[in-house]
This record gives sequence, structure tokens and C-alpha cells, in this order.
Amino acid sequence: MIINHPLLGPRDAAEFTYLGDVSLINRPDWKDAEAERKFHDYLYLRDNPAGEHRELWYHEQGDRSWLVVTRDTVTHEVKRVELAREAALAMGRGK
Amino acid sequence: MRYSAWHILKQGLTGNKGWQPMWREPEPKPAYDFVIVGAGHGMAAAYYLAKVFRAKRIAVLEKGWLGSGNTGRNTTIIRSNYLMPANQPFYEFSMKLWEGLEQELNYNSMVSQRGIMNVFHSDPQRDAAARRGNAMLFSGADAELLNTDDLRRKAPFLDFENARFPIKGALWQPRGGTVRHDAVVWGYARAADALGVDIIQNCEVTGFQIQDGVCTGVETSKGPVRAGRVGVCVAGSSSRVMEKAGIRLPVESHVLQAFVSEGLKPALPGVITFGAGHFYVSQSDKGGLVFGGDIDGYNSYAQRGNLPTVEDVCEGGMALMPFIGRARLLRMWGGVMDMSMDGSPFIDRTAITGLYFNGGWCYGGFKATPASGYCMAHLLAHDRSHATASQFRLDRFLRGQLIDEKGVGAQPNLH
Amino acid sequence: MTQPNRVTGGLINRDAALGFSFNGKSMTGHPGDTLASALLANGQKLVGRSFKYHRPRGIFTAGSEEPNALVQLRRGGHCEPNSRATVVELFEGLAAESQNHRPSLEFDLMAVNDLLSPFLSAGFYYKTFMWPKRFWERVYEPVIRASAGLGKLSMLADPDQYDKGFLHCDLLVIGAGPAGLSAALAAGRAGVRVIIADEDFLPGGRLNLESQSIDGVAGSEWAAACAAELDSLDNVRCMRRMTVFGAYDHGIFGAVERKTDHLAESAGKPRQILWRIYAQRSLVCTGATERAIAFGGNDRPNVMLAGAARGFLNRFGVAAGRRIAVFTNNDSGWRTAADFAKAGLDVAAIIDTRETPRVSGPGDVTNLLGRRVVATSGRKSIRSITLSDGLRLSVDCLAVSGGWSPNLQLTCHKRNRPRWEERVAAFVPGSDPDRGMRVAGAVDGQFTLAGCLRAGQEAGIGAAVEFGRAAPALELPRVEAEGCGITPFWHVAESRGRCWLDLQNDVTVKDVELSHREGFKSVEHLKRYTTLGMATDQGKTANVPALAIMASLTGTSIEKTGTTIYRPPYTPVSIGTLAGRSRGREFRPTRLTPSHEWAHARGAVFVEAGNWLRAQWFPIEGETHWRQSVDREVIATRRSVGICDVTTLGKIDIQGRDANLFLNRVYANGFATLAVGRVRYGLMLREDGIAYDDGTTARLGDNHYVMTTTTANAVLVFRQLEFARQCLWPELDVHLISVTDGWAQFAVAGPNSRALLSKLVTEDISNHAFPFMACGDVTLCGKVPGRLFRISFSGELAYEVAVPSRYGNSMMATLMQAGEEFDAVPYGTEALGVMRIEKGHAAGNELNGHTTALNLGLGRMVSQKKDCIGNVLSRREEMNSPDALRLMGFRPVDRGEELSAGAHFFAKGEARNMQNDQGWLSSAAWSPILGHSIGLGFIRDGANRIGGEVIAADPLRGREVTAEIVSPHFLDPEGERLRG
Repeated sequence: MIINHPLLGPRDAAEFTYLGDVSLINRPDWKDAEAERKFHDYLYLRDNPAGEHRELWYHEQGDRSWLVVTRDTVTHEVKRVELAREAALAMGRGK
Repeated sequence: MRYSAWHILKQGLTGNKGWQPMWREPEPKPAYDFVIVGAGHGMAAAYYLAKVFRAKRIAVLEKGWLGSGNTGRNTTIIRSNYLMPANQPFYEFSMKLWEGLEQELNYNSMVSQRGIMNVFHSDPQRDAAARRGNAMLFSGADAELLNTDDLRRKAPFLDFENARFPIKGALWQPRGGTVRHDAVVWGYARAADALGVDIIQNCEVTGFQIQDGVCTGVETSKGPVRAGRVGVCVAGSSSRVMEKAGIRLPVESHVLQAFVSEGLKPALPGVITFGAGHFYVSQSDKGGLVFGGDIDGYNSYAQRGNLPTVEDVCEGGMALMPFIGRARLLRMWGGVMDMSMDGSPFIDRTAITGLYFNGGWCYGGFKATPASGYCMAHLLAHDRSHATASQFRLDRFLRGQLIDEKGVGAQPNLH
Repeated sequence: MTQPNRVTGGLINRDAALGFSFNGKSMTGHPGDTLASALLANGQKLVGRSFKYHRPRGIFTAGSEEPNALVQLRRGGHCEPNSRATVVELFEGLAAESQNHRPSLEFDLMAVNDLLSPFLSAGFYYKTFMWPKRFWERVYEPVIRASAGLGKLSMLADPDQYDKGFLHCDLLVIGAGPAGLSAALAAGRAGVRVIIADEDFLPGGRLNLESQSIDGVAGSEWAAACAAELDSLDNVRCMRRMTVFGAYDHGIFGAVERKTDHLAESAGKPRQILWRIYAQRSLVCTGATERAIAFGGNDRPNVMLAGAARGFLNRFGVAAGRRIAVFTNNDSGWRTAADFAKAGLDVAAIIDTRETPRVSGPGDVTNLLGRRVVATSGRKSIRSITLSDGLRLSVDCLAVSGGWSPNLQLTCHKRNRPRWEERVAAFVPGSDPDRGMRVAGAVDGQFTLAGCLRAGQEAGIGAAVEFGRAAPALELPRVEAEGCGITPFWHVAESRGRCWLDLQNDVTVKDVELSHREGFKSVEHLKRYTTLGMATDQGKTANVPALAIMASLTGTSIEKTGTTIYRPPYTPVSIGTLAGRSRGREFRPTRLTPSHEWAHARGAVFVEAGNWLRAQWFPIEGETHWRQSVDREVIATRRSVGICDVTTLGKIDIQGRDANLFLNRVYANGFATLAVGRVRYGLMLREDGIAYDDGTTARLGDNHYVMTTTTANAVLVFRQLEFARQCLWPELDVHLISVTDGWAQFAVAGPNSRALLSKLVTEDISNHAFPFMACGDVTLCGKVPGRLFRISFSGELAYEVAVPSRYGNSMMATLMQAGEEFDAVPYGTEALGVMRIEKGHAAGNELNGHTTALNLGLGRMVSQKKDCIGNVLSRREEMNSPDALRLMGFRPVDRGEELSAGAHFFAKGEARNMQNDQGWLSSAAWSPILGHSIGLGFIRDGANRIGGEVIAADPLRGREVTAEIVSPHFLDPEGERLRG
């Protein structure tokens, strides 16, 4: 597979390490009254769709960027690649 | 028809015209006591449900052809060499069922216990192997710790001299081995069919009938089917199917590639695994080297993988046993693995009454087929877990009871 | 020896002779020959035995689809089983042996299977061999295994080298037949960066095998001219002997180039190269493979595909027979008769299943229309055929054509489904094989030469236009008109003998019928039950006829019956090629520590630690056992001072205004209060609350920290920190860089460590000025910048000193020199391990991904007063049970006994089973200080059981030791030494 890195251009997926669903960015609030259950859902439960999937890849053999890759899990077609930091900010992290 | 050498003789002399279909091809009835979705582990579950638990009115619904899922796409290894107390007795139970399977089913699925050796390459790996080997012995299984001299006798072709990670020994389970994978599902299907189980191929489950938190049946591509209890055993498709019941699972689907070489005269003594990379290999009765390694590592339902993994697996093979360099890889294929969050499976009730789930087998489900089927049948029949599968609960992550053989945490692609 | 079947013509060099041997028999051939053509030229028709029935077999095809002619090639470690004689290039001295027979090819005792064939029908083994139970593994299976399999591996390490490479192009053209050559020329002339690959050593595809002419010259000449022009273009790479074997995601292809397989010796050059090709566009011009017709006795030697028979004649000047017959259901078979007649060979008859084919043959050849071959005779070669009307013809070769199947494998590797094209009675690629992939020529069902040339050129021009290049249409080459009519015909129903489909695996029509009878009706079932198409040829000539027969049995269309899934590789690929150079010592990179050279000179024994090589111990003269060295190193360190290279620990430089906040979130214990110039031990959890890693972090400045991780987790922790920084807390001002390789770091441990270091360090490092857990920049030897940390893994007064890596080796020497007066020793990982066990520090065996902070006795370190990774889920119920495992120390009650890691704990008198299992011993060592074996281990409720006795059972090694539970800190539990 080829991942089109937003800063570096097309790179072989073998340069990257895979983590999983983009929802791993949405780490719950540790002070939440139901923190244990929310962390459980956050860490363990996944949508796991057959189709479009937003997922985290790390450019380990490269510039160390974490990326959010939108990829079809049936065809492996990559539709979009973003820097995870920007995606995280857009998802409301850091507020 | 009971299979025997006598029958083969008789049929052979009469043109083999008298063999009967191994199973009927019924259309689904409007209602059953038990509907099992998926004809891999589900086929075994149906058999034990009918045979051991004396249940009647059972249907197995299979989306494709019998054995089209992971039962027919694996590297055929059986073993009971686990570490965790929640796992090892279960896999040993499975091993015992394998050992009597052919006589039980009157079908030769070629259970071949030629042993499995897990080669290790460092002192810490030896310590871990010793801990595991002892756990195996305490569960009633067999295990031996081989030093390099023992290993040289069993597998003189390993790279002892020039290895990047020198071989220090191996954990050896003599009862480990391989089984002809397709024949397992065919054997169960034939035996289950004979007990009256309806096996319905090319019948995809498209939804569940759920009322007030109770599952009363399924919608299928061949129409609705009512059911007293519904069991889902669909491996790589677990998330897709259970989503139709509104259930999210601690599972990711990944692709695992497997490989077979051209046919060769016998070269390997049993199953061999590499401890300094990921590579496992055995040789089929037909002579092909059957081998595999890591999953590709990304979520996928594609049933095919990519080249870097192929290379990585072959690198492991050549590092461990460089004599295979001139053997040719004949076929590679991919299966969809239901990778769970701790690498261990689930055989459990769900939040929906009457709906039961069996899955999360990662890429180790084949060896579990008999025990998984048996325990699933027990769960369906009695609405409570079989003793050896009692820890395979869906709520274990909430409770913090992890069954993580590899110790890598909630990272499915590493299990 | 003469070559009795060599006739005139062909693309071989008759001026040179090549000697080779088959089963020890000397023969000669010519450059340009394949082994198959040379064998045929020498009159060798019997070349192998089939897999199951050990039937005598001959050469069936002229290409990579060959099911029969498999040989063991070369000798010794170079021996290569299952080599298809039809693609092996002849070289001087080639040695080939036939396979799968006992004792010889001519007389094979295993052929008794053939007599037993009524009892060995498809799947017979599933129905028997079950009694008595024990006999399967002891008797039946070994016999089955020995008779199955084909070639033999040498069992010697492959002596050849393999390489890997990467290629990039705009357009990858796969196949250099008429379509591929036309396409590559059109695109190449327009300036497109083209790679054209062909599995053959001679570009041209079927042009080399046919007698057709293009623009008035022989097709092979036209192909040679095309190839020469392609070779001359800078933007085109024309790769011969290269098989594109797999299509992968996003335009990536796998290909194998055979570099030295056609030579007698590889002479140090790589045997094969695995290419990963990145192509913007791809054009599949892989042609088509001829298929057989099933009729009685159709497996005899010299029953051959019609295209192969004329191929041997046209390309190699070899007459497969002196009196041949052609049996066909399509027009192409007639060409074989024409070519043979033209060469002056005797053509007994053309037998066409069609009543009224619209094709005409050579004038004087008998046409037998609407007839079928029902039987053959001959043992080691065909001698006669019998037709449906009873006519019997004596022949020495039967050329068969059942039509052609496009080689669409590559278009289906991504699981696209082919479509049935009635016009050519074949599966052709589906409408949209893959993004960026197109097809042209015979693979697309375009079975005339004119059609292939046109389609190729159009595709080449189309690609050029897509890349924005002008590509004028050229005048198409002129070729003779030809027909490609076919009426599907699969199986001669009136044949009474067995009708083969899969020649290698011995699958006959009866097996397909049995499969259907027993309920195995899907093509996948058919394949798995009968083993159809699972042989080394992957059923290239057999699958379509077989599934057509299944379709007629089930009464469904061929299209609906479908094919099995096409998967890589297109043809089998050597495992060595896929591994490349990553084998032996080059399997993975080796990382050396900065003081490796020094340690090597000192005679150190090294051990693998991940990819690192670390000194394990440093033997001195007179020491004959590793324990002597390790004991000495421990004792010397604890009594005076020892030095150890600890560079392999991960080091992460952390800077930024929010670095403190960041650390406080990634460590489970508090870091908010760490002062500048101080170090703190830190415990890191995974988000699931399991202990992940431990190490120390030093605060070098207000916004500057350096973290150490364990060697094993260096990469993982860094990845995790980058995740936390970029994804979890993107608002923090914090920056990370790995400096593991930037700094050489040495532990200097022992009561004299301060005295030693004082000689080298400019700054005051007295206990007062530089107390336990102090850190700071220092100057070494008056000029070298360094960092000093007062931390201890051994439990002694100890420091770790870091210098830029380039000083590492001399730093080690300098430290040792300065330590001479203290009898300083270097110590390796074994002594390090012994000392950490004596001190009760957890290491890899304890931080194994299963254990919690609570298990490790560090439960109180996990702060619940801050947000940090892992603390929420570490609170889960089952991870906090009252009798949770605790890390404890263990010593044998009988001090003479030895503890062993991996033993499990049981209460005395209880049965040794899983229910009674209380924990396990994770690490064990001989303590030279205490003079007995000690261990660390996890045991239920351990903290409340100090002084109790348990059984450490290790039946795997036949050991059982009664052990006392003690504090894990065997030595100096109050920590007085390290603070001294």
C-alpha cells in the first residue's frame, strides 16, 4: 500500500506502524463519574467497519508524524490522509 | 453411509457410483430451536448440540459454501501449549477432542500428531518457555524442554551455525500437529447432517429479530427464520454481524496471509515455530510446506494481503531453515481474523437474551474448533458456560480480567 | 549423441552445442533451447510420473503452465525440485533428474497405485485409514507422505544469494507478446517511462512459437526488432526473464527476475532479484494459455497441447512427432497441422469436434469433422488413437486444443471477478479489473494477431495521452487474416477409460462426478475435495474444463459456476527470493554498543539484546565456566567498582514549556515536583493499567529532560510518547527526540565509583554536592562534555556517565584505566542481571506485559490525583483482588538447591494442577554475595506471606524446590549503600 503523507508525499505503507481506529484520539476525561466504563469503551470497543475507516498510522521509519488515514477496509483504497495532530485539534483535543 | 475400507472396496468395484451426498441441501424451515450462524466453529457447535446435548431442530446458516470461512483458510496447526490458566485447559480439552475426532465422526480428517516445537533464542525466552511448559504439564498436557543437542537430532536442518539469533532450544509438545482443515468441517457437517441438523449454505444473515431485548430469530437472504436461541460463530465477520444486533465488540478484523509451497518429499518432522521473528511451518500430507507469520497489521476485510508481510514471513523462514530457499511458494491467501483486544476468544451470552456469541479467535481459532464447538453447544443448551470456557467472557475487560498470552495489551494487531 | 527429432528452422543457435544430462544420460542441445525442447529433440518423451497414480508422463506444454515435465535441476545445495523443463533454459553441463518414482522413471513400483485407482478416487482417504486408531500416524500416514510430494529438497542451506530492488514507472507492461510489444513501443516512443517485463528470455510471446508473419517478416523477427528498439529507448526498460507474479494495492507489483538461472554457475551474482514495482498505470498483456480436452487416455506421453507442438517446431526446430494427429474444437488447432505439413512431417488427421468449422487445413491432410478421440494406446509414448467412429490411427504425437483461457490472474489478484465471454468460450477480465490497470490482447479475449497488435497499440497510445504526451497513431502492421472460431467442447462422454483434467494431481472427470455426487458442487469444494488445480501448475490448463464439466452436472452456466479465486503468485516463486539477503547473520541489522570494539578486544562474550549485541561477561585467563566470570564481576563490583556499557537503554530528550506537564501525564507517579538537577525513577503504564516500562528521567533544565527507557521498549515508548504528544495532547508545547544513539552511557557502580569518577570529572561530585539521584552536566578529562546521573541499578553507590557516542569506546578505556588502582572490572549483562535480582529490581522477565504496578509492589506509585495514562483502568476490580500476585524474593530452604525460572508455586502437599497454581518464579540467579540461589517471582498475596514456604515446581526440568518467601530486596533493603 501507499500512503500519501501530507508533508512528504507518497510513501510505502511499510514505513509506517499501524495503531487503529481514530477514536483512540478521543481519550475520556479522567475525572468523569463513569471514567472506568468510558475508558473501557474507549480502549476496547471498536466499530470495525467493512468499508471506510479512519485510522491512525505512525511514520516510524520517517518523520515520526502520526497520520489519520481514511481507508476502505474492503478495497484498501486510501481516500484521505491528514496529520493526526491537526485532526486531533479539529476533534476538540487540547481545549 | 458408514465409511470403511470395505465400502471403498465395494464402491471401487462398482464404479464408485453408490456414494451418497455427504449432507442434504435443505431449504430453511420457518423456525428452529437453535439457529447457528456460521459453519466453521458453528458446524462443530451444531454437531455437539445434537449429539451430546441431545438438542433437536437445529439449523446452521452459512453465508458461502461450507468451510468458506477461516476453517478452510488456515495453516492447520493444532496444539495445546498455552500459558494462561484461562486458556490452557480449554485448548487441552480441544486436543483431547481432536484425538478422538475421526472415530467420533467416522471421517478421517487426518489428525497428525507429529509434534510442535517452539524454538527459542535467548535466556529470557527459555524462562518463558519453561513457565509455559510447566503450565502445560499442570493442565494435563505434554511438554518437553529441548536443548540444542535434542533439537539438532530432531531438526538438523535449522540454522545452528550462522544465525543472527542463535538457537538455544525449543519447547516441544509431542501431541501437537496438524489436521486436514477442510476435512474437519466436512466431517462435522456430515455427522451433524446425519443427526438431523439442517445445513443451509449460501444463506446470509442480514439481521436479527429482537423484541424487548430478546432475540427471536434472524433475517436471512432466504427469508426470516425464527429461533429459540441464536448463536453467532462468524470469526472475521463478527463485528459486521453483531452490529446488526446493535452490539459493539472488543474486536478488530485483520488480514492474515498464509502460504503453501509446491509439493515436496517429507522434509519436516512436525510443526516448527521461530522465536526470533514470526514464522511457523509444517508439511502437509501432500508435501507442501504450509507456513505463515504475522498478520499484515491493518484493519481489513479484503481476504488478501500485501507484499511486505510476504517478505517478512519468508525472511523468518530462511533465517530459521535456509534449506527452503529453493522451494517455491505456490499459493498465498488471506483470511479475515477477528482479533480480540487481549488475543483470547469469547464464548458468551450477550446483552440480548437468546443471542450468544462465539468469536475473537484471532488467528488461532482452528485448533480450538472442537472445544469451541463443544463449549458453544454447552452454552446454547444450558445458557451457562462450560467450565473450560468460563473465562471467555465479553465483560472481562470491564472487570480487568485480561487473558493476554503475549502481554501486549489492547493492541489487536500485535496478538 | 544425435538429436533425432531436430528438424530445420527455429530460433536456436545451431552453431553451438550444449551438453546436458537427463537421469544421467548424456544429450546435446543448442543455445536457445529449453530443457523440454532439448529433451524432445533427443527423443526423450517420457519425462516424469504423476502425483497420485505414478502414470508415465511426457511434455504437455511449451511454457510455464506445464503440469507434467517437472525435474530436479542441478545438484547438491543448488538442487531445485519441481523445475518445469519447459521454462528451464539449457546451459552447458545442465543435470536434470526426473521425480516421484521408485526405483526409476521407466520402471516405477509406485505405479501399482494406477491399478488400484478404482479405490483411490477423490477423497478416498477421508473414508478410511481410521482403524486401528493408532495406525494412522504410525503406518498409513508415513506411507502416504512418502508416496506424495514430488521433488526432494537437498536439506542443505541454499548457497545462492538473492537481492531485492525497487522500480518505479509510469506504465508497467506485463508480457512482451504482440500486444505488449505494441503497447510498450507506442508509449515508449511518446516518452512515457515504461517497464515491460516478460517471463521468457526471448521477447515475443507466441510470436516466437507461431509461423505467422508481420509486415512480411517472420513474427519472431518483428518481435526482435521491437525489443531492440525498446532496448534503445532511455525511458524504457525491457526486462527479460522477469515474471510479474502478483498485483498488490495501489499499483504495486511483485516481480522476480532470474539473473543466473540460465547459467551453469551463479559465480557470486544474485540468482534472482525480487522487484517491487511501483507503477502509475499497468497494462496486462499476458496472453492466453491453451487448455485440453478430456478424453480416455489423454495423459499419455506425447499427448500435447496443439500450440505447444507447433511451438516446439517453430521456435526450437523440434518435431514432437513424426506422425501426428490434431484433436481440436477450435480454429487454432488447425495451425499445428499446417505447420507440421509445411515442415514435411506426416499429419495423420485433423479431428475437429465441430461438424462445420469455418477453417481449412493443408490440402492433403485428412479432416475428420464432428468426431472425437475416445481412447489412446501406448505406454511410454502414445502409439495410436481411436476415434468416436471406431477409426484407429497410429500416431506418435497427438496435438490437442480445447481452446484458450486468457491469463487473467493478475487482474483478479485483488479479488475482481472475471466474466464469461461466449464468443471465445473463456473467462476474460471483468470490466474494471483495478484502478490504473488495463488489459490488451489475448488476455482480453482478443485471439487474432491483428487484434492483439491493434489493442496493444491503442492501449499504449491511451497511456501516453493520460500522461499528457502526444502519441500519434501509427499504421498497424499487416498480418494475414485468421479465424479464431470455437465451439466449446470439454469432455468426450463416450470415452470408457479415465479422462484426465488435472494431469499433475491425477484428477479425472470421474473425480469431478464423484465430487458432485457427494455434494461438493461449488468450485471451491471441487478444488478442495479433488485437489483440482492445487498442483504446481495451479491448474492453468485444467481448471476451466473441470468447472465446465461441473457446470453441466449442476445444470448451471459456466459463468454462474465461476472460478476459484486467483491468488498470487502467477507462477511459483522461490522462498529464497522473497527473503532476499535477510537470512543468516544478515537476518536483522546488528547494533553495536559504543564500547563494542573495546569489549571485543578484551575478549568479551556477546549476547543478543533485541538488535543489540551486548557484552555478556568478560572472561579472564583461567576461567572455564561463565559462572566464574560472572561471580567475579559481581563480587568485584560490590567490593570495589565495576563498569558496564548501558548505552542500549532508550534515551529520549524532552524539551518544551509543557515538558513537565507531559511527563506527569505519561508516568504513573508524580513528576510535577522534580527539581532541576535531579533524577526520578518513573513507572509507565499502558492505558489498560498494565506496567509498560520503567526508567529514570532527569531534569537538566527548566524545560529540558532526558528520559531513559528499558532496552527492549525504547522504540515502543518513543512511539507512545509521540502518540501522546501529537494525538492526545496536541496543545502542549513539548518536543521529543530519540538520543539513544547520540550518547554513550556507562554505569560505574560500587563503593569506589565516586573515587574513580572524581579522577575524571572536573566538578565536585561529593555526596553533599552530588547526592543520590542528582544529575548534571559535567566535564570529563578536562575537556569532554558529559552528563552524570547518580542512579543505581545494582544497589551500590553508583553513577551513570554519558558522553557523546564518538567518545564511547575511549571513555570505556579511560574509565578502566582510571579504575586500575581500584581493581575495577568491566561487567556484562549477566552480572548486571545478578545484581538487579539481588537488589530486587524488576526487569523484562517481570515487566512482561502481564503485571500491574500492584503486582510489582509499586501500587502506591500510581497516582490517582492526576491524569496519567493507565491510572483509570488500573483500578479495575480483577486487577485489585486482595490476593493479587506480588513480586517477592525466594530462596531455597535447603540453600544447596537451585531455583529455576519458569517454576510454578504450590502450597506444600497440594496437587500440582492449574487450580492450585499460586504463581511463578520469573527470574533466578546464583548470588555470589549470599552464596546461594535466589529468585524473584510472583505469588498470590505474597506481601503477607514473608517467611512462608512454598514448593517451586518445575516438572519440565524434573525439579522441585522448597522455597522461602522473602523480601525481593536480598541486599541492603534500606538502600544505605546507594546513598552512601
